[in-house]
Amino acid sequence: MSETIHSGFSNVETTVLGADELIINMGPQHPSTHGVLRVKLKLDGEKIVGSECIIGYLHRGVEKIAEHRSYQQFAPYVDRMDYVAAVSNGLGYCEAVEKLMAVEAPPRARVIRTILTELQRIASHLVWLGTHALDIGALTPIFYCFREREEILKIFEKYCGARLTTHAFRIGGLQYEAYDTLEHDVERFCKDFQHKVDEYETLLTENRIWVGRTKGIGVLTADEAIALGATGPVIRASGVEWDIRKAMPYAAYSDYEFDIPTRKNGDTYDRYMVRMEEMRQSARICLQAIQNIPAGPIMARIGKVLKPPAGEVYHAIEAPKGELGYYIVSDATTQPYRVRIRPPSLINLQAFDTMVRGHLVADVVAIIGTLDIVLGEVDR
Amino acid sequence: MLQNLIDFFRPHVWPLLFALVIVAVVPLLAGYIVLLERKVMADMQARLGPMRVGPHGLLQPIADAVKLLLKEDIIPESADKWIFWLAPLLSVTTAMLAMAVIPFGPFFQIADLNIGILFLLGVGSLGVYGIVLGGWASNSHYSLMGALRSSAQLVSYETAAGMAVVSALMFGGALSTRALVEAQSQSHMWFIFLAPVGFFLYLVASIAETNRAPFDLPEAESELVAGYMTEYSGFRWALYFLAEYANMIVVSSIATVLFLGGWLRPFPNTRALDFLDYVPMLLMLLVGVYSLYRAPKQPVAVQKMFMVGVAGLCFLLAIVLALPVFAPAGSLLASMKPGLHGAFWFLAKVATYLYVFLWLRFTFPRYRFDQLMALGWHFLIPVSIANVLGVGIALYLHRSADDGGKGWPLAAALVLTTAITLLLAGWLAKKSDLRERVPAGERF
Repeated sequence: MSETIHSGFSNVETTVLGADELIINMGPQHPSTHGVLRVKLKLDGEKIVGSECIIGYLHRGVEKIAEHRSYQQFAPYVDRMDYVAAVSNGLGYCEAVEKLMAVEAPPRARVIRTILTELQRIASHLVWLGTHALDIGALTPIFYCFREREEILKIFEKYCGARLTTHAFRIGGLQYEAYDTLEHDVERFCKDFQHKVDEYETLLTENRIWVGRTKGIGVLTADEAIALGATGPVIRASGVEWDIRKAMPYAAYSDYEFDIPTRKNGDTYDRYMVRMEEMRQSARICLQAIQNIPAGPIMARIGKVLKPPAGEVYHAIEAPKGELGYYIVSDATTQPYRVRIRPPSLINLQAFDTMVRGHLVADVVAIIGTLDIVLGEVDR
Repeated sequence: MLQNLIDFFRPHVWPLLFALVIVAVVPLLAGYIVLLERKVMADMQARLGPMRVGPHGLLQPIADAVKLLLKEDIIPESADKWIFWLAPLLSVTTAMLAMAVIPFGPFFQIADLNIGILFLLGVGSLGVYGIVLGGWASNSHYSLMGALRSSAQLVSYETAAGMAVVSALMFGGALSTRALVEAQSQSHMWFIFLAPVGFFLYLVASIAETNRAPFDLPEAESELVAGYMTEYSGFRWALYFLAEYANMIVVSSIATVLFLGGWLRPFPNTRALDFLDYVPMLLMLLVGVYSLYRAPKQPVAVQKMFMVGVAGLCFLLAIVLALPVFAPAGSLLASMKPGLHGAFWFLAKVATYLYVFLWLRFTFPRYRFDQLMALGWHFLIPVSIANVLGVGIALYLHRSADDGGKGWPLAAALVLTTAITLLLAGWLAKKSDLRERVPAGERF
């Protein structure tokens, strides 16, 4: 049996098996591979001696589609990559095109973008927390997480009419003015939310079983994390203080105070702690932002037909899962010549094999969960 | 000839009747425990749970059973057909068999074996064959891993559970389930107060033995899809499900008999607390009144009638439970009190114990397999052995009174030995604390 290796990921040798070894196939239909990830595991008993991620089951050719759409037409497509953080995807794309055209969104638009993007980060982390805990066997947190996420989605719905794939931003600014009670809604949610995070933590942080299941599992050292190109909470849990919001500020982040939570050990527990703290920091940013939303236009002066000058641009933002980058090549027509997307989930998933070796089958689901992948983004 | 037959069957009429009742009622009960579980889960997770089939989802178990019965019965091509066919039956049979010696009241018991507890433990450990064979016969990796985990887990926790049971047996001085309850009546004390450590150990071990969360590794849905049941569907799957819930009833019943005073009322011999006899009746009345109160709020006429029916049933039960209390002493009705109220108290205790099962399931994450084994072998088994020793020493200190009149009061002896056992448990717990575990690389 010779299998083609679909990904550049590690390679489980399927032909040579030791007497005690077993190959099992997790996914693409498996309850906890977060979609259609397929993992081939080589087991010795229940211990993992090798793994291979096989991806592409959700490939939709997003990058190719971009070459046949105008710049504005492509914007809704990016929402469908990381579909639990559509707002962040849109922000990255819009800002990349703006950079390419050398225009800037007006200050009011940038602040509203920041607020919505940080809310989206909270929503994305809530989905992560719920499903991660569910994978490890805690059945209850997911319902609490979705209860709070619902509030965020309501804010999105009030703002732009959509909950999941929002298409909230436009190239050059915003299409919609903030609705009347936006500040009030955000403030009420964020103030309340601080206590909700504490509530999740009482269920998990000190729980003996939770700690046992996450501490020392899927360790990624700082060097390994850098070598594998990991970003976002994954690299911050390994002790590398790298956050694009601070390193290369975009939107309105340079105006606000927030901390970059980091931890030292780089294990599943630390990634959990980092994300919990990030949710608090996001709420903090939102609370600062609503204090002072500048007045003024919400859309930059750009024509109806976008024809960026010939050239190329790379723009990255700190999406909930890590560095989300857009590389756009323009040939001075209305359609991009090439769009290349750097999805954080795909790059972070490269670390899977390093993290999983030597652990047990039960840890595989913990590690898939802790990487916080969304297959729509991995496969594009 | 006919007379001979009648004579032969006469002593067996009641047991046969009881057996029929149990076989008929337990599957229904299991279905409703599932409903209860979903309702409790919904309550803890800020939602409503089943609401569609019948008022408040009361007919959901029936709908589920019908659906499972009508489903196509798939036997995988590569499966070992005979064993695949046999395994769920084995599981469910052993679970039902165990019901034979459980006294649901002083009267309602199929057989009062003098080795009752031993029988329960023996039949209980046979149940693992159903799981192992089912996992093996499915010829699937996930099933096989589920089956292997299950066998290891059951063997490990059976030991701890057995030791925990022994600590209660030492106070009861008998293996017959009925005798154990009667011993608790005579000593004016449920054994949970005499052997609290034993009860706790049994609680943990019984959760593990029934494969319930946080020890539900054989069917860990996020890892092994459905463990040993992965390849099963339709009614065979339902049989496994039935076996699991029947087993839960069995272990709860064992705990009730051994530690919680079986069918006895709380403080059975204290005349001053006789008002407790009104509790069953009042509880039923309360449920009935609540059902009536909810009836007009149901959307459909059929559902309204259903709720009234539920209320009627509750009132009927309340009357049945009230009659012996109010009947003059010495009458036939009054003599039925232990039987009727016994069944009530027994089921109430079983329900409470089951609620703890559900509560834990929705609160805790799942253990990993090696952690589960460590907990079993490094914590539960040493503590359970120490507990048996402790109880033995306490009883010895107490009974030396008979020899020289210098015996200890039982309470003092028990407090002393229990404290020592708890110290050991604390030390072991600290030692095996997963929060200070060695790094991953050094584990194997």
